[in-house]
Amino acid sequence: MDLGRISRRHLLQGGAALTLGAAAGVRPTFAAETTIGFIYVGSRDDYGYNQAHAQGAAALKKIPGLKVVEEEKVPETDAVEKTIESMINLDGATLLFPTSFGYYNPHMIKMATKYPKLRFEHCGGLWTDKDPKNAGSYFGYIDEAQYISGIIAGYTSKSGKLGFVAAKPIPQVLRNINAFALGAKLANPKATTQVIFTGDWSMPVKEAEATNSLIDQGVDVLTCHVDGPKTMVENAARRGAFVCGYHTNQSPLAPKAYLTGAEWNWEALYPKFVKMIAAGESIPNFYRGGLKEEIVKTSPYGEAVSAEARKHADDIKAKFLSAEGYTIFKGGLVDNKGKTVIAAGTDRGQKDPELEKMDYLVEGVIGATS
Amino acid sequence: MADGSIGLWTVPLAVLGGAIRVSTPFLFVSLGECITERSGRINLGLEGTLVMGAMSAYGISYLTGSPWLGVLAAGITGALLGALHAGICSLPRVNDVAVGIALMLFGTGLAFYLGKPLIEPTAPRLPAIDFGWWSDIPQVRAALRVNVLFLIGVALAPILYWAFRTTRWGLLIRTAGESSDAARAMGHSVLLIRLRATMVGGFLAGIGGSFLSLFYPGSWNEGLSSGQGITAVALVIFARWDPLLCLWTSLAFGGAAALGPALQSVGVTSGYHLFNAAPYILTLAIMIITCSPKRTLTGAPAELSITR
Repeated sequence: MDLGRISRRHLLQGGAALTLGAAAGVRPTFAAETTIGFIYVGSRDDYGYNQAHAQGAAALKKIPGLKVVEEEKVPETDAVEKTIESMINLDGATLLFPTSFGYYNPHMIKMATKYPKLRFEHCGGLWTDKDPKNAGSYFGYIDEAQYISGIIAGYTSKSGKLGFVAAKPIPQVLRNINAFALGAKLANPKATTQVIFTGDWSMPVKEAEATNSLIDQGVDVLTCHVDGPKTMVENAARRGAFVCGYHTNQSPLAPKAYLTGAEWNWEALYPKFVKMIAAGESIPNFYRGGLKEEIVKTSPYGEAVSAEARKHADDIKAKFLSAEGYTIFKGGLVDNKGKTVIAAGTDRGQKDPELEKMDYLVEGVIGATS
Repeated sequence: MADGSIGLWTVPLAVLGGAIRVSTPFLFVSLGECITERSGRINLGLEGTLVMGAMSAYGISYLTGSPWLGVLAAGITGALLGALHAGICSLPRVNDVAVGIALMLFGTGLAFYLGKPLIEPTAPRLPAIDFGWWSDIPQVRAALRVNVLFLIGVALAPILYWAFRTTRWGLLIRTAGESSDAARAMGHSVLLIRLRATMVGGFLAGIGGSFLSLFYPGSWNEGLSSGQGITAVALVIFARWDPLLCLWTSLAFGGAAALGPALQSVGVTSGYHLFNAAPYILTLAIMIITCSPKRTLTGAPAELSITR
């Protein structure tokens, strides 16, 4: 909706200024006022992906000397370049957070090349040496939290059939599906995870249909990777199935059906970034972390989670938090077409860039990537 | 089967369930648009009305605790937007298609703006009637959980069909739509007839919106409609302005929307983008089959700005 863009933008700025005023005087200030731009692909309060980022942006607004400008519902097209240009030229933004996967290449790369003195931090992209040095990509290993969800789901499911409502078969989504399925198999080696792709990040009617179809197939625990999990959570709970959440904590929507969930922890990461810049340190261009680095977290367990499931999940979580860590994608991994995707003996640790190119579904997942 | 799965039967069942669950907004919007267009005016703004209806129904249901008050509020909101469309269109030299597009953007924009605080809370929803009581299969029972609004919509189609043919009001609307001169010669105000027809059309579209937010998918968010209002307006054209055909095409569209996810759930995973596009392919196919350069659209009201 191009017509509403300018006015909405100014409205948000007004809101940002108010929040800033209310929370003044908490932390060390910046010498000169810095403006930070946040760009979201959907609505800021979608109970999901964008809301998680907006909570991170809200954490920045509390720091004196920082001005945050935000724009919602910017499509993954050259529209995002126009938004970046206007944030730079009209608002004076010097640090930009384009938060959606599709913004990265070519749009943000183009902008980073054009404005070499400004800093661009992209969520989810895969920064390589060929990309501009003033650009960076950060992301959380949320598959660690999905793995924990999978364990809980595997214990809770009576039918051994789990469901996954997914948007698009891109590497991050596939990695979550695979981690969830592997976690479930840890709890119940016979568990299967059926995936349905809806085709886009926000398709409420399709998500509801996918949820119903999965439950019709005998699935009794569901999770998802779409922008707003609200539709899946509410519709699954209505049919009497259990759910694991995603992006943020959805337990208020279905307190009895909610088992646990994989959540982002951007409100911890973004202030960390800003402090690094203020201290003159450079943010690594390729920034990643999981449960240990506090980039992701898990929702508190729901009442339906058994003691056995809690214990197993807590044990694995402790391993993730330990110094030596824990590997989800171990060697000898076979995909659901019978092909070996990770050879025996080569464990792929979380930081392995190969995992960010994932294009397969592991054994035990019902579905296809194309 | 013992494990609670019904295998390939999921697909026909999902299409049936989808036809019931997904079709209601299509049905209400297309019936409403049918009335408006029969009176000689096109209201393309019904997408905006649908979204406004969904938002206001959710808001009123949340604030008052009564989903039925929400449905009523959605209808009234829709009627007001219809009155706005008709009011602007009654000014001289105003194009109803352009006004409709403006109101579509206005309606969705206003709904997104006012609906911001409604995304998080959960509002009470409309109840469902269990028509699957005779079956032991939970999937069948789930598919046959029907909302009263769907039944009202299904009943409304033949009532409208009958009303257009045999009642005074039906005749008046048709006269205004076929020949405004004739209506004027009979001493009736064409503008007033069209105002009422557009308001009733908006009322129905608003109720269609309330179904989206209060029954299925059953919550308010900004992607809720994803173009269903527009599709429903197009649907009226190939339903040939016939309320009964509106019913069948709405059911077909609902079923087509359920096809993609259902096929994936039984393991037909290749080409799901194609199956997800089923409703649009259906639209194109019907358009191609029914269009002909040799004749005009049969059943089109003569006063419509696209046929005049």
